Amino acid sequence: MREIEVSKITEAVKTLCIDANYYLGKDVIDRFQQCLAKEESPTGREVLNKLLENAEIARNERVPLCQDTGFAVVFVELGQDVHLVGGDFSEAVAEGVRQGYEEGYLRKSIVSDPIERKNTGDNTPPIIHTEIVPGDRLKIILAPKGGGSENMSEVKMMAPAAGVEGVKSFVVDRVRRSGANPCPPVIVGVGIGGTFEKCAQIAKKALLRPVGSKHPMKYYADLENELLERINRLGIGPVGFGGNCTALAVHIEVHPCHIASFPVAVNMQCHVSRHKEAIL
Amino acid sequence: MAETKRIDTPLSDAVVRDLKIGDSVLISGIIYTGRDSAHKRLVEALDREDDLPVNLDGQIIYYAGPAPAKPGKPIGSIGPTTSYRMDPYAPRLMAVGLKGMIGKGNRNEEVVEAMKKYKAVYFGAIGGAAALMAKAVKTAEIVAYEDLGPEAIRRLRVEDFPAVVVNDCYGGDLYTEGMAKYSKV
Repeated sequence: MREIEVSKITEAVKTLCIDANYYLGKDVIDRFQQCLAKEESPTGREVLNKLLENAEIARNERVPLCQDTGFAVVFVELGQDVHLVGGDFSEAVAEGVRQGYEEGYLRKSIVSDPIERKNTGDNTPPIIHTEIVPGDRLKIILAPKGGGSENMSEVKMMAPAAGVEGVKSFVVDRVRRSGANPCPPVIVGVGIGGTFEKCAQIAKKALLRPVGSKHPMKYYADLENELLERINRLGIGPVGFGGNCTALAVHIEVHPCHIASFPVAVNMQCHVSRHKEAIL
Repeated sequence: MAETKRIDTPLSDAVVRDLKIGDSVLISGIIYTGRDSAHKRLVEALDREDDLPVNLDGQIIYYAGPAPAKPGKPIGSIGPTTSYRMDPYAPRLMAVGLKGMIGKGNRNEEVVEAMKKYKAVYFGAIGGAAALMAKAVKTAEIVAYEDLGPEAIRRLRVEDFPAVVVNDCYGGDLYTEGMAKYSKV
């Protein structure tokens, strides 16, 4: 049994909130460069250059890449041999978000009640997904999620007869119907299988993979490639002004499902793809 | 991208008529921020026949809620939010003089028709390039609905704020045309 003070969690979450919002991952920047070389639209190339410039300004001046600094989504992998001491775990995470968003000059974008819509003022509460795993470590992945791309996401309970062709049509059509709204070039997280809620969750988890990484199973890696190609033939282009870089990547995660079910989820992620992790 | 046009606010009908889809513009002068909750309140004020907290005649509203300003800076990162959420309100504001909107994403048919009717224009800004766009903002002050936090209406003085004409006052739509031009399906 290893003891971890929850104050360490607060400290880690605070830093992750700030770093995720200031520093764009190298995987995304590299993919911007690759797209720039292939983009046919002059406007599209100009936009991609501005996105690279934006990432540089954010990094150098330590300011948020995007004004929408997101809902703080936290994936926690808690080793079963860890004993958390010194306070309430969820409150420790929330306190890290509170401090990170205040000290990092990040926008507070959460309303306490979806109908009444009063801002909580400190970007809490976070969304926390916890998984118990073997070991005595605590892994925290912080993935601030912007509203514009989240709003273009969808879960569909398809009939098993729809098959892989049904998945392809749904995913490509979801991107087409989203147009410029989710800030393309997007990363498309696809969940296939599970239950209604599991499907949405694995679609979100798919967004945490490095851009350009492949699904370990060849069948799904090929499907990712095919979907990416089809999406990039839509013509939406960088921020929707037309072009052939509409998506940076398609990431698929799969899960066993019920004999009657075939859930498919698309979680859209804007080009400001943010996630940082820490291991305690 | 077509030629870059420099335009100053407030916008006249003549300036609006000169803008065509795909035109790259650099906007200078005063613009106002406003998004979901501020739009709701503005239209509620119109319903009550109250005066608006800002005179929108000839003005541009930027659909944006900035990040907080760091010390010594006028404003934090400020990129556009998705515009369709303001569609239910936009025609009412054009009817009282609003000439321009800056945001991202498609507008509905009512908004496009209202732009033709009232001679107004919709600019697309680069979503996500918010640190870059903050550089064009020279001063910022809250002028209404301070309780809304990031959604409060702010008066911004901008210099060479970059945007692209998405919908002009002739019914053109850059998103549709741009997509058609590069589509391979």
